[in-house]
Amino acid sequence: MKIDAKIPSGSIAEKWSKHKFNLKLVNPANKRKYDIIVVGTGLAGASAAASLGELGYNVKAFCYQDSPRRAHSIAAQGGINAAKNYMNDGDSVYRLFYDTVKGGDYRAREANVYRLAEVSNNIIDQCVAQGVPFAREYGGLLSNRSFGGAQVSRTFYARGQTGQQLLLGAYSALSRMIAAGKVKMYPRTEMLDVVLVDGKARGIITRNMVTGAIESHSAHAVVLATGGYGNVFFLSTNAMGCNASAAWRAHRKGALFSNPCFTQIHPTCIPVHGDQQSKLTLMSESLRNDGRVWVPRTTELAEKVRKGVLKANDLPEEDRDYYLERIYPSFGNLVPRDVASRNAKYVCDEGRGVGETGLAVYLDFRDAIKRDGVNTIKAKYGNLFQMYEKITDDDPYKVPMMIYPAVHYTMGGLWVDYNLMTTIPGLYAAGECNFSDHGANRLGASALMQGLADGYFVIPYTIGDYLAGIGQAKVDTSHNAFKEAEAEVKKRIDTLLNVKGTKTVDQYHKELGKLMWDYCGMARNAEGLKFAKAEIQKLRQEYWQNVKLLGTNEEMNMTLEKALRVADFMELGELMVDDALMREESCGGHFREEHQTEEGEAKRDDENFAFVAAWEYKGENKPAELHKEELVFENVKLTQRSYK
Amino acid sequence: MEKGRTYTLKIWRQNNSSSKGAFKTYTIENISPGSSFLEMLDILNNELEAKGEDPVHFDHDCREGICGMCSLFVNGRPHGPEEEITACQLHMRSFKDGETIVIEPWRAKAFPVIKDLVVDRSAFDRIIQAGGFISVNTGPLPDANEIPIPKQNADLAMDAAACIGCGACVAACKNASAMLFVSAKVSQLALLPQGNAERKRRALAMVDQMDQEGFGACSNTGACAAECPKGIDLTNIARLNREYLTASFAGAE
Repeated sequence: MKIDAKIPSGSIAEKWSKHKFNLKLVNPANKRKYDIIVVGTGLAGASAAASLGELGYNVKAFCYQDSPRRAHSIAAQGGINAAKNYMNDGDSVYRLFYDTVKGGDYRAREANVYRLAEVSNNIIDQCVAQGVPFAREYGGLLSNRSFGGAQVSRTFYARGQTGQQLLLGAYSALSRMIAAGKVKMYPRTEMLDVVLVDGKARGIITRNMVTGAIESHSAHAVVLATGGYGNVFFLSTNAMGCNASAAWRAHRKGALFSNPCFTQIHPTCIPVHGDQQSKLTLMSESLRNDGRVWVPRTTELAEKVRKGVLKANDLPEEDRDYYLERIYPSFGNLVPRDVASRNAKYVCDEGRGVGETGLAVYLDFRDAIKRDGVNTIKAKYGNLFQMYEKITDDDPYKVPMMIYPAVHYTMGGLWVDYNLMTTIPGLYAAGECNFSDHGANRLGASALMQGLADGYFVIPYTIGDYLAGIGQAKVDTSHNAFKEAEAEVKKRIDTLLNVKGTKTVDQYHKELGKLMWDYCGMARNAEGLKFAKAEIQKLRQEYWQNVKLLGTNEEMNMTLEKALRVADFMELGELMVDDALMREESCGGHFREEHQTEEGEAKRDDENFAFVAAWEYKGENKPAELHKEELVFENVKLTQRSYK
Repeated sequence: MEKGRTYTLKIWRQNNSSSKGAFKTYTIENISPGSSFLEMLDILNNELEAKGEDPVHFDHDCREGICGMCSLFVNGRPHGPEEEITACQLHMRSFKDGETIVIEPWRAKAFPVIKDLVVDRSAFDRIIQAGGFISVNTGPLPDANEIPIPKQNADLAMDAAACIGCGACVAACKNASAMLFVSAKVSQLALLPQGNAERKRRALAMVDQMDQEGFGACSNTGACAAECPKGIDLTNIARLNREYLTASFAGAE
């Protein structure tokens, strides 16, 4: 298989406008003759479904939740970036592009990132027109704040609920199209396979999660907007239902999977409290605008703090190590996420961590409260402080917060070309489920930007070009390809239900998650990865022989739903390990212990690894085949990322 | 660490929408006070599965109080005993060791039970589809800073927009009224200049849809706002009433 990113020629600033002009169009009167399936209703899916409906296509949209409004984009707190330069602080499309490529540790495709920065301003205009209540200044204009990895304030926000407000904006646009009859919505419906006819994506197989009915849906093109795969790790900040099955099933049908080992460990999460925990909670990165990160200066002091002999507030200034400010004076507490996370791990590994488990660092607002007053801090972060207190029973206005890194976002995903089409013709991937814009590390407030860019402003253009080329003929769901795919899905479900083993799905998921976190988490090495690979293979074999499911397919069965997802997580987990093992360098969220500078920073190998890894599925128990898309940097100069 | 606690759980079990449900009693041990309420149910379900019993079905997703999926009526209150949080943010430290905890689904005609504690809230989606939007297509639009919006209005709109659509207001109301939910969306859009063009049509259409879905009438007891996990204020209902009255007199444009 040869992969072609289809990057348009010309200078970076004119590629997208030139490309838009060159794309074939579907006549307005003909759009109604085309059906498009959109899977997932987060920012990317809801915005794509709504925009495609507005253009006149017939859209079928699917989500596993009871309502499209609940997709996990809703949980994003901090904000959305755009190059508006409203703050007059030197921002521009080019700077946002530059920061994003650099922040991604030079493993993203320049052309895609530039387009993202270019449409970022349209997104803000779009959302404001929809009634998204962004934060405003007294003069009535929009307010901005700073986020990690940038030296300008370009982040728009709606208190600590930016994702919610943007998603509800997209959901309202989607609702309008549902009412207009242009989008047919299928909630509580999970996609279990993609259907190919003559090598093109022509539909999907779904399971109705209330009745268990296995159904076929046909279309001219399929858009996957199914989010990331952070739940491979069991514990993550993802919602409980987030899963990789749609993307993984597409991968098994021929869509290449890119950079699976690029996972983002977010530095500011509430630490794990015990082995009964099912989910980790993120505290917005925006807190690092005012909170100062520190640990006790010595292991002895840390030990006393852990035992409760000393309280955090008892420690005088000279016994506190504000390690991010010390090591990275120019970015301080606002270094990118990968750097902040890794340093938290280092200080905890040294024995200077705090909290019951020693796996936590402080995020302290004492000085900010002293400087700005409690009311200012409350106005900025009130709901986050409240959330923290509800979970931990500590009052962050009085004692420093405790935080620790947790799995949060996955930069890897389905390989897509410039048009966001996967290697299966007619199958698109948008938002977190594709790999394209964040390289090896995503900057804060860029996920919302990418989801909406793909859905509102990219897919609606590029999909028309494909549709215009394939003709209007429909494929009926009575076609053999659908029947075969349905039979395969049913067989898979029956097999799982009939194992009747002794261990629950959750137990397997926890074991997988622990392997992934220990060996393919914040730091990786060859030995550990090889060990993990063998263990995952064993676990996977055991799963199909010993997993215990109850009930039947023909009812609401949440164990079955999860069992199908965990089966796919296991296969994907192994590919993540393969990818991490292959990538003999450190970059962004991928930190190979063998490849670090003397100061412990990630050491890239641009000569050998400036490429996108794109893995091809070769069959059950066969090694995936690696394809490489070489990354060409014509605009951004490759340097070692320095935030010092 | 504090030692684990023991609880008696009385949980509503119902196979599907057409079958009859009943309470079933379970005992659960060794629960850490730091565990969340839903983690406690996970543990129960793991134990039930290990014993070969059908796990308790309940809706949940983000587990950080924002998606609005969780919908448990705990000890007679939507989302349990604490103020301004969802069931997924509830922790076991809120319950005494040895306590009996009663867990039910939302009870409302417009929210039929699907299974156990899972209910169908698609009525809310249909209310939004009736008018909970501003009719703009994707495309080039005026610059976001073209219309200054007084901070006070933007903040009030945000207060209303914080609604997570969980349905606690309906579950709390003796009439199972959806007024707080509808008023939150109507208020958000009425407070913003962008929403002005359609405000009359919106208020009439959303209220009409609410009535069609079988929600009860509002009798201003305020239980909805008292139990709302996001603190949506009762003044939104007053605003909705005003919007609705004005639109009724003027007629929709």
